[in-house]
Amino acid sequence: MKSKKDKLTRRNFLKGAAAGTATLALPVGTSDASVWEAFFQKHFRELNKDEVADVIKRLEEEYKEKYKKDVKVKTTDAQPGVLFSYGLDLSRCIGCRRCVYACARENNQSRDPQIHWISVLRFEQGEKFVSNLEEADKYYYPEKVPEDGHFYMPIACQQCENPPCVKVCPTKATWKEPDGIVVVDYNWCIGCRFCMAACPYGARRFNWAAPQIAKEEVNPDTHYLGNRPRYKGVVEKCTFCIQRTRGNPGRYPACVEVCPVGARKFGNLLDPESEIRYCLEHKRVFRLKEELNTAPKFYYFFAT
Amino acid sequence: MFQLAKNFFVFLSQVTKGNKYYFAWIGFLSLLVLLGLITYIKQLDNGLIVTNMRDQVSWGFYISNFTYLVGVAAAAVLLVVPAYLYNFKPIKEIVLFGELLAVSAITMCILFVVIDMGRIDRLWHVMPFIGNMNFPSSLLAWDIIVLNGYLAINLTISFYALYKMANSKEYNLQIIKPLILLSIPWAVSIHTVTAFLYNGLASRPFWNASILAPRFLTSAFCAGPAIMIIIFQIIRKVSKIEIENKAIFKIAELVAYAIGINLFLLAAEFFKEFYSGSVHLAPMEYLYFGLHHHNNLVPWMWTAMIFNITAFLIFLRPQTRENLFTLNIGCVLVMTGIYIEKGMGLVIPGFIPGTLGEIYEYGPSFNEKMITIGVWAFGALIYTLLLKCAIPVYTGELRFYKPEGSVGNQ
Ligand code: SF4
Ligand code: SF4
Repeated sequence: MKSKKDKLTRRNFLKGAAAGTATLALPVGTSDASVWEAFFQKHFRELNKDEVADVIKRLEEEYKEKYKKDVKVKTTDAQPGVLFSYGLDLSRCIGCRRCVYACARENNQSRDPQIHWISVLRFEQGEKFVSNLEEADKYYYPEKVPEDGHFYMPIACQQCENPPCVKVCPTKATWKEPDGIVVVDYNWCIGCRFCMAACPYGARRFNWAAPQIAKEEVNPDTHYLGNRPRYKGVVEKCTFCIQRTRGNPGRYPACVEVCPVGARKFGNLLDPESEIRYCLEHKRVFRLKEELNTAPKFYYFFAT
Repeated sequence: MFQLAKNFFVFLSQVTKGNKYYFAWIGFLSLLVLLGLITYIKQLDNGLIVTNMRDQVSWGFYISNFTYLVGVAAAAVLLVVPAYLYNFKPIKEIVLFGELLAVSAITMCILFVVIDMGRIDRLWHVMPFIGNMNFPSSLLAWDIIVLNGYLAINLTISFYALYKMANSKEYNLQIIKPLILLSIPWAVSIHTVTAFLYNGLASRPFWNASILAPRFLTSAFCAGPAIMIIIFQIIRKVSKIEIENKAIFKIAELVAYAIGINLFLLAAEFFKEFYSGSVHLAPMEYLYFGLHHHNNLVPWMWTAMIFNITAFLIFLRPQTRENLFTLNIGCVLVMTGIYIEKGMGLVIPGFIPGTLGEIYEYGPSFNEKMITIGVWAFGALIYTLLLKCAIPVYTGELRFYKPEGSVGNQ
C-alpha cells in the first residue's frame, strides 16, 4: 500500500492527467485542427456529402499514420430492394471456430484485449437450447471437433428487425439501415453500454481498453459503419460484413466464405431466387428467443 | 448586480470559518476526493479495463451506486410532503436540509453515470438541443432530463429560500409553492424513470418485472429518510439549530411503513419466482442461494435481509423508534440493507446468468472502489459546504443587511 502511494508523485500525476486527456482526444491546449474536427464531428446521418468527404479524409489520414498503410474507408449506401438475412445449418456446424477468427481478421477486431463478434456455444446432446441457454458452454477446448455427443450453435448479432439495442441508445449512435443491418457510429457512441444490457443475444462488444491490432494484420478494405478500426470506450458488433456485402455484385461475409462445411447461408430476403429464401421455403427454420419479438433476420435450421 | 456578487461572497466566505474538527473533516474528504480523482485519471488513460466490468456484466459498482443515490435524492420529497401540504411545523423547518441533501445526492448520481461512460469527451452528444438525444425512445434520455430538472428545482427552492432569509425577509411561499408542489411528482418521476431504465429490457428477466418501479420507490423511502434522521442529529449537535425530536420521530414512523411495504413487495417477488419456478428464477437463485456454485452475492443478500427485517422491528415498535439509540441502529441497518439490495443486488443479477447463459462473477476492482469512494466523498463535501453556508442563514447569524437596512437587492 505504502509503496503504491509513493509512486504517485506529482510528476506522474500530471503525466497521467495529460495522457488521459490526450488519449481521449479532448481539445485541450492543442493546435492540431483534426483533434477539434474529431471532437465536433456531427452524427453520421446528419453530415452532408462534403462533410462526409472531410470526415473520411481525416479518418484515412489518422489510420495511415497509425498503421503505416493506406486504409480505405468506404461509405457505400444500402441498395434499394435489399434486406440482408442469414441462415445457419446447425446439423452441419462442427464447432471449429474458423468463422470466429476469420471474422476477427476481416473486421479488424482488437487482438488485445481480444474481441470476438461470434460466440460458438457447445451443447451436449439433449441439453436445452433455443430460449434458455443456461446449459451452453462457450469455453470448450477439445483436441478435435466435432466431439461425439455434442452439437454447436454459433451466435452473433441477429440483425433484429425490431432491435432493442437501437430503441434504448440515448444518442441514436446505433440504428438500423435500410438494408436491415444494425450499425454503430463509432464516432458518436458515448460508451454508456445501455445497448449491451438491452441486447438479448449477447452480441455487442465494448472496447474496455484501446483496441490493438498489429499493422500487418489490419484489413485495409473498410466501411465507416463496419470494420474500420475502432476506439477505446465504444461499442461494436457484427454488421454482416457491410464492407463486403454492400456492393453490386457484393461479396459473401467472411464467415460464410470460411466455413469448411457450408453451414452458413447468406442473401437477400427480398429476392425470391436467393439461397436464403430457398432455405426459408424448404427447411423448417427457427429464430432465437422469439418470445421477445425482436424479429431476428438470422435463421437457424437443420438441413438433415 | 454588484450587490448580488458581494452577497454571494458573504455567503461563500462562510466555508472558510470553522473549528478544527470542521477543517479536519474537510481535509479528510478532500484527500479522498483527490485519491478518487487520481484513480479516475488512470481509468481515463487505460479505459474501463481497470474495472472488473466486462462484456458479460457490462454495468457494475458505479451504476449500482447511482441507483441507490437516486433513491436518496427522491426521498427529500418525503419531507416536503407533510411539511407543505399538511403544514406540519416541526418538519417544515428542516425541509431545507432535505432539499440540500437531494442536491448533493443528484450531483453524485450524475457523477456516477459520467464516470461509467466510455467516452466522456462525447458528453455533449446527450445534451438537449446541441447533441442528438434519442427522445422519447431511450429511457436514458428521459433520465438525463428528469435528473437535471430535479437538480435545478431543488437548487432553486433552497437558494431562493436562503437568499430571502439572508435578506431578513420571510420568504414568499406564494412564489415557490408551485415549484415545491412540482418537486413532489418530480421526485417520484426520477425514481420511476430510473426504474424503467432497467424495467424496459425484455432481455433481462430479473429487471423485466412490473414490481420493479414500486419497489424502487418504497426502498427509497426506507433509506433516504433514515439518512436524514442521522444527518439531523448531527446538525443539531454541531450547530445552534434546534430540531425537535418530534420531527425525527415523525419521519421514523414513515420509515416504518416504507420498510413494511418494501418487505411485502420482496415477499411477493419471492413467491412469484420460486413458486412458478420458471427459467426466470435463475437470477433470484443466484442472489439468494447461488447458481452452479457461483455465490459471491449470497452472504451480502442475506445480510441485507436480516438488516432490513431487524430495522423493521425497530422502527415498528414505538419504544425502540422513539429511543434515539435504538433508532440510530435501525437507521444504519436499513441504510446498509437497502444499499446492498438496491445497489449490487439489483444491477448484477440482471446480468447473471447472461443472455447466452454465461455466468461471470463480478466484484468491483480496487480502482472502482477508490473512484466510488471519491465520488461519495465529493458528495459529502458538497453537502458539508452547503450546510456550512445554510446553517448561519438559518439561525439568523448571517444576514446581508441589518434588519433596518435598505430593502432593494439589486
Ligand atoms: S442481436 Fe442484439 S445487437 Fe443485434 S440487432 Fe438484435 S439487439 Fe441489436
Ligand atoms: S454504448 Fe453507444 S451505441 Fe450503445 S447505447 Fe450507449 S451510446 Fe448507444
